[in-house]
Amino acid sequence: MPGSDATSCGILRVVAGAEQTEIGTGVQGMSDVRTGVYVCHCGSNIAEKVDCARVREFASELKNVVVARDYQYMCSEPGQELIRQDVEKNGINRVVVASCSPRMHEPTFRKTLETAGLNGYLLEMANIREHCSWVTTDREAATEKAAALVAGAVARVAFHEPLEERFADLKQRLLVVGGGIAGIEAALKVAAGGYQVTLVEKEPSIGGNMARLDKTFPTLDCSACILTPKMVAVAQSENVTLYTYAEVEKVEGYVGNFQVTIRQKARSVDTSKCTGCGVCYGKCPTRVPSEFDAGLGTRKAIYVPFPQAVPNKPVIDREHCLQFTKGKCGVCARFCPTGAIDYEQGDQLITEEFGAIIIATGYETWDPAAAPQWGYGRYDNVLTAMQLERLVNAAGPTKGKIQLQDGSTPEAVAILHCIGSRDENYHRYCSRFCCMSSLKLAHLAREKTGAEVYNFYIDLRAFGKGYEEFYNRVQEEGVHFIRGKGAEVIRKDGRLAVRAEDTLLGRYREVPVDMVVLNTAAVPRRDSEKVGQVFGIQPSPDGFFLEAHVKLEPLKTATDGIYIAGCCQGPKDIPDSVAQGAGAASEVLSLFAAGKVKISPVVATVDSQLCSGCRVCLPLCPYSAISYDEVNRTAYVNEATCKGCGTCVASCPSGALSVRHFTDEEIIAQIKEVLAV
Amino acid sequence: MTKLKLAFYWAASCGGCDVAVLDINEKILDVAALADIYLWPIAMDFKYKDVQALDDGFIDVCFYNGAVRNTEQREIAELLRQKSKVMVAFGSCACFGGIPGLANLYGPQEILDRVYQETPSTVNPERVRPETNWKVKEGRLTLPGFFSAVYPLSDIVQVEYYVPGCPPPVDLILRAVQAIATGKLPPPGTVFGSDKTVCDTCPRKKEEKKVKGFKRPHEVIPEAEKCLLEQGLICLGPATRGGCGARCIEANMPCRGCFGPTDRVLDQGAKMTAALGGMISSRNETEVRAALATIVDPAGTFYRFTLSTSLLKGRVRPVEKGCPPGGIVAGS
Repeated sequence: MPGSDATSCGILRVVAGAEQTEIGTGVQGMSDVRTGVYVCHCGSNIAEKVDCARVREFASELKNVVVARDYQYMCSEPGQELIRQDVEKNGINRVVVASCSPRMHEPTFRKTLETAGLNGYLLEMANIREHCSWVTTDREAATEKAAALVAGAVARVAFHEPLEERFADLKQRLLVVGGGIAGIEAALKVAAGGYQVTLVEKEPSIGGNMARLDKTFPTLDCSACILTPKMVAVAQSENVTLYTYAEVEKVEGYVGNFQVTIRQKARSVDTSKCTGCGVCYGKCPTRVPSEFDAGLGTRKAIYVPFPQAVPNKPVIDREHCLQFTKGKCGVCARFCPTGAIDYEQGDQLITEEFGAIIIATGYETWDPAAAPQWGYGRYDNVLTAMQLERLVNAAGPTKGKIQLQDGSTPEAVAILHCIGSRDENYHRYCSRFCCMSSLKLAHLAREKTGAEVYNFYIDLRAFGKGYEEFYNRVQEEGVHFIRGKGAEVIRKDGRLAVRAEDTLLGRYREVPVDMVVLNTAAVPRRDSEKVGQVFGIQPSPDGFFLEAHVKLEPLKTATDGIYIAGCCQGPKDIPDSVAQGAGAASEVLSLFAAGKVKISPVVATVDSQLCSGCRVCLPLCPYSAISYDEVNRTAYVNEATCKGCGTCVASCPSGALSVRHFTDEEIIAQIKEVLAV
Repeated sequence: MTKLKLAFYWAASCGGCDVAVLDINEKILDVAALADIYLWPIAMDFKYKDVQALDDGFIDVCFYNGAVRNTEQREIAELLRQKSKVMVAFGSCACFGGIPGLANLYGPQEILDRVYQETPSTVNPERVRPETNWKVKEGRLTLPGFFSAVYPLSDIVQVEYYVPGCPPPVDLILRAVQAIATGKLPPPGTVFGSDKTVCDTCPRKKEEKKVKGFKRPHEVIPEAEKCLLEQGLICLGPATRGGCGARCIEANMPCRGCFGPTDRVLDQGAKMTAALGGMISSRNETEVRAALATIVDPAGTFYRFTLSTSLLKGRVRPVEKGCPPGGIVAGS
């Protein structure tokens, strides 16, 4: 047999012809890849710990690299110009920037590539700052790791493909959750821009904690006087729909297109008939401790929380109302002149669509009963700062009179700062506004009673505009300042006494007083974890909601289209809360003004040639972006809804699903090179 | 017309692949008409020296079944590669290491101890072990050396085509032979089979994949129409290349994965594990753990045929003395 005749068998021709392509790479045109590598010094941020010149030399030897440079500041205009020049003169078509986190400068360099005529997704960043220079003092180790990350990036970028961003429509309607000052401010600002706003408040009235305060520091403005005009404006705005005594139950969708289910709890009052005349709560026989007055006064079972409530429509507290607990009473219904009382009313579910959401759910104050050393709940006349606020307030339970349990006026008052704040045992953070509110309460107590007032403080933080001046003023008014944390409150000789170490005198002190005011920590609301889950936003370690970037994105969250404002993000005073409310409104206004949302091209795709319709992926998508195409019998990804999280891709047993820009090829190439160095 | 020159070889395998070739029954006559066979240890009497005497590239196609576990299998793989124009990894063991590849969960010393000492049926008080080299008065006796791991054929020599299956189904063998005979060959690297998974041809009805736990085939009589996975049987169909005609599933047996993963998947077992993870209906940790506890022998279930080609390639174990990874076990 003429076996050695190559043409005798068809196989050989085919095989010989095909041997020229690389088996198994599956990538066409890899030889055309021309990569430029740019190692950034970031001043000394990187260069101090990473030998940038060595990394540059190392990079220049890597496959596909045609030019490697190191430079002081790659993000600067001349730095970016280096890339543009190399695109033009050296024909590079892939770019690796070894610098900071892509969260900082990926948008910058994508733009750079685009201005040079390259698609922005042909970029890969190696994070040699946060991942190298900032995490070690060992220059050698940092340099080696930087080299490994650069090698991984160079290997990965060869597989990058140009991707195009697209746009989706957006609903120009805002949902604000929480009707405190931050939420009110946000709602009014966006409504003033001509957009529809829905404000949802859990309590029967908007106003939040600010509505409970008497005066505000440092100007001693009446809190209600500056807040109520804004509350009224909410009620009057044609663009604001207000749901009080309501909660958000479910949120689906994505930026521009959220579907939100709101539960309107049963008020037991038909608000369309109610005129707010107040006869019902005048006649109601049941008294309940008032939450608004911090438990000091009472309210009725049918009530509005305070006289300036918005809306001025009562709710029935079904837990205490005799009609509901005993099945008889009916006094309010009998006396209501408009027949607005409706005991049969049920909860109502309202579903609306929104383009953006601002969460401004605020804070609550820590309950010091958990710490017996301060005597709260054990001794009479130990109050929280909020309780003193209510006592001082003309609309409060004592009509503004600061008095002891027995009705007499205190001769000496102690105000204890940092109760539960800046304390390893309770909350490590500073609650920020309590120094100033303590000064304000000291001023009010002194002014109204003439009592000796003692402030027990660790440090006095008077950081805002006019705050230091206010501190000086209160000192001049004769308020005493003892630099030492109030450690214990005891009863002695029929009075109270505060024990503290006066760190200025270096002496232990025991100061007899008639009233002790505990200025307690601001803490996340007790339902904040649940709220976080409903909206898909994360808490920071202190339990307050986490912002996208602590300095540069304080109002955004990790979820596009959901913003946070005010104390739900962390304790802050009124000016800061207002600023955040307005800031979040400005985020929303620019989103709405653009009229459409950018959709990242980094989404999952189905290779329908490969998908055999096993349906494993369908229930896994957290955004409900995958459905089953009955005609082709394959999975189908809605690219507008897909967030590119990759859950489906990981689960796809046939490999038919992949996420653009995070393909197996890209990731495996990167890992291999990182580990090879 | 010139006849094709073929060779068949078996390495670390059970012999089922060779039997599958015979299973083509009367069509074997067509093969005989098309081809001359130059090596087929199970059926015909050739010697290795006969093959060594051939010119390089003399054989048109070699069908090599079985994984590579010892030095002899490597030696013959290299010899046949040299003598053949086209090398076909035939059957799951040659393609992915197959069932023998599961031995990569153990080190070679563990295997030898088990086989020559620990099994209940073994009586070996002198602790005799096979030696690769032994001197007797007539001279020196040698045996093939045992590698530290089981390798698929493509780890040892270049392979043009893959015909998976345990054993490969007859129609697939015929397709391969016909393709070779007519010269209509796909690009090198091609795996004979479907691009899609077994689910594509599975006739069962697929609805929602949510289960509370898993069952083994002997514990349940499955409904005839419904997806086996949805009935809690671990069916590797979604993670396994089709081309088999879903023959096990037709017989009420869940797919065991012998065709290996699709072209896009690096690790069949990891993919199936991820898919099953998403199928457990509970989000409660205790219930999830209870569901996972119903999976008996996860490594043997998810990597039954592909452990040798998986990302980890076996259990991560300390390097045994005298036996570097990829090395040969020295005689004890």
